[in-house]
Amino acid sequence: MKMITAVIKPFKLDEVREALGELGVSGVTVTEVKGFGRQKGHTELYRGAEYVVDFLPKVKVEIALDDPMVDGAVEAITKAAATGKIGDGKIFISQLDDAIRIRTGETGPEAI
Amino acid sequence: MNEIFELQYALDTFYFLICGALVMWMAAGFAMLEAGLVRSKNTTEILTKNIALFAVACTMYMVSGYAIMYGGDYFLSTITGDGATGAEDPATYAPSADFYFQVVFVATAMSIVSGSVAERMKLWAFLAFAVVMTGFIYPMEGSWTWGGNPVFGMYTLGDLGFSDFAGSGIVHMAGASAALAGVLLLGARKGKYGADGSINAIPGANLPMATLGTFILWLGWFGFNGGSVLATASVESANAVAVVFMNTNAAASGGLIGAMLVARILFGKADLTMALNGALAGLVAITAEPSTPTALQATLFGAMGGVLVVFSIVTLDKMKIDDPVGAISVHGVVGLLGLLLVPITNDGSSFSGQLIGAATIFVWVFGASYVVWSILKAVMGIRVSEEEEFSGVDISECGMEAYPEFVSSKS
Repeated sequence: MKMITAVIKPFKLDEVREALGELGVSGVTVTEVKGFGRQKGHTELYRGAEYVVDFLPKVKVEIALDDPMVDGAVEAITKAAATGKIGDGKIFISQLDDAIRIRTGETGPEAI
Repeated sequence: MNEIFELQYALDTFYFLICGALVMWMAAGFAMLEAGLVRSKNTTEILTKNIALFAVACTMYMVSGYAIMYGGDYFLSTITGDGATGAEDPATYAPSADFYFQVVFVATAMSIVSGSVAERMKLWAFLAFAVVMTGFIYPMEGSWTWGGNPVFGMYTLGDLGFSDFAGSGIVHMAGASAALAGVLLLGARKGKYGADGSINAIPGANLPMATLGTFILWLGWFGFNGGSVLATASVESANAVAVVFMNTNAAASGGLIGAMLVARILFGKADLTMALNGALAGLVAITAEPSTPTALQATLFGAMGGVLVVFSIVTLDKMKIDDPVGAISVHGVVGLLGLLLVPITNDGSSFSGQLIGAATIFVWVFGASYVVWSILKAVMGIRVSEEEEFSGVDISECGMEAYPEFVSSKS
């Protein structure tokens, strides 16, 4: 099992969700986050004084998947979240040791 | 004949009271405007200041303020009764209606102070200042202007050609003068000005609230200026009231347009907070004389206020005078402009009279306020600690957040 953590542009969330839904992904966790990457921040103006926004708003999508689905999910996210411009985000894949469904106590891939 | 007089008395009194209620509502406008332009961690405290200062102002004006400004007894002990009979100077409204209309002006002057010292001043030091300001400092200058008394027995402003219809100077510039004294002793918010001389923006947390506050002030101003005609139950006074309403509205519109255009030219973007300040600047500019200009003149006077306020805010910022809501610019700088515009349309006033009046109000209110703030600073301190400022005065002064989250329902 793998944990996919994708950090994407907030306005692409709906498209990513739809693309994952078409693949049959049964659940995701979404968090509003802030951070910086190569895009860095930008400056804004308030009452004539500039201020720097160092951290830009992004959306973090976390998906636990059984191994056979990982490649398809990564491809779907990449396709749906891309604009071609700086700041499109990143996808991280990490090993997932176990998963437990709290209601039934199932473990492993059945619990996803 | 007597019945017609009674009807006039009833109508004028009723009009006075309704206008007073509109001005009272301006306190809500100031509260929303200031709450919108501070950071969310300082919301509860600024709201507490705004509603508490209103109560302090009403109480202190009852105790001593009205007596100092207009004569009569402390604690208003003889104010109930009939204004038409038995009085030395017969009026067409009830004396207690006059008190009610005057007291909401005091609260307005005090409301101006709270925004300028926001986010860093101690709540109780502020309220202690409010006691002196509303019970003594404001009533003294009020007695020299609307009260008609000589300034410390030296000269009488009315004789010199000073005229301030609804209080550009007497209310607004006075409030701003007290605010300026407080800000100078208090210092800027931490982080506002960098060690390298940079000016940092500290954006307000809630612009819908600031906009609503401005709309409320705009509405309340019809009572502020309209009520200052002091009567409505004759053809003459009804006409005057209608002109005042028209010009007040025109000036606010001119002020907003002026400020918005200047902000667009200077900053490249339509800065909403400047537009809001512009509307208020237009209102302050016309307050000294809303009855004699034409509607076009009122619009232009308002636009002058709106343009001036943007430059004033930027200049004060460069001088490192930190005013989170721009109150010193809106009410002080534009208040002075309002006074100086009066002789253009009102033959009964003179530029020299306006200048002497403005100087008298500023020197007295600024000087007296500076002394009171200094005493408070020495005795109890006027500024919260650096750590309290960082975590927000909501917690340190009021013990509660405006928007609590992750709060357990368990005790």
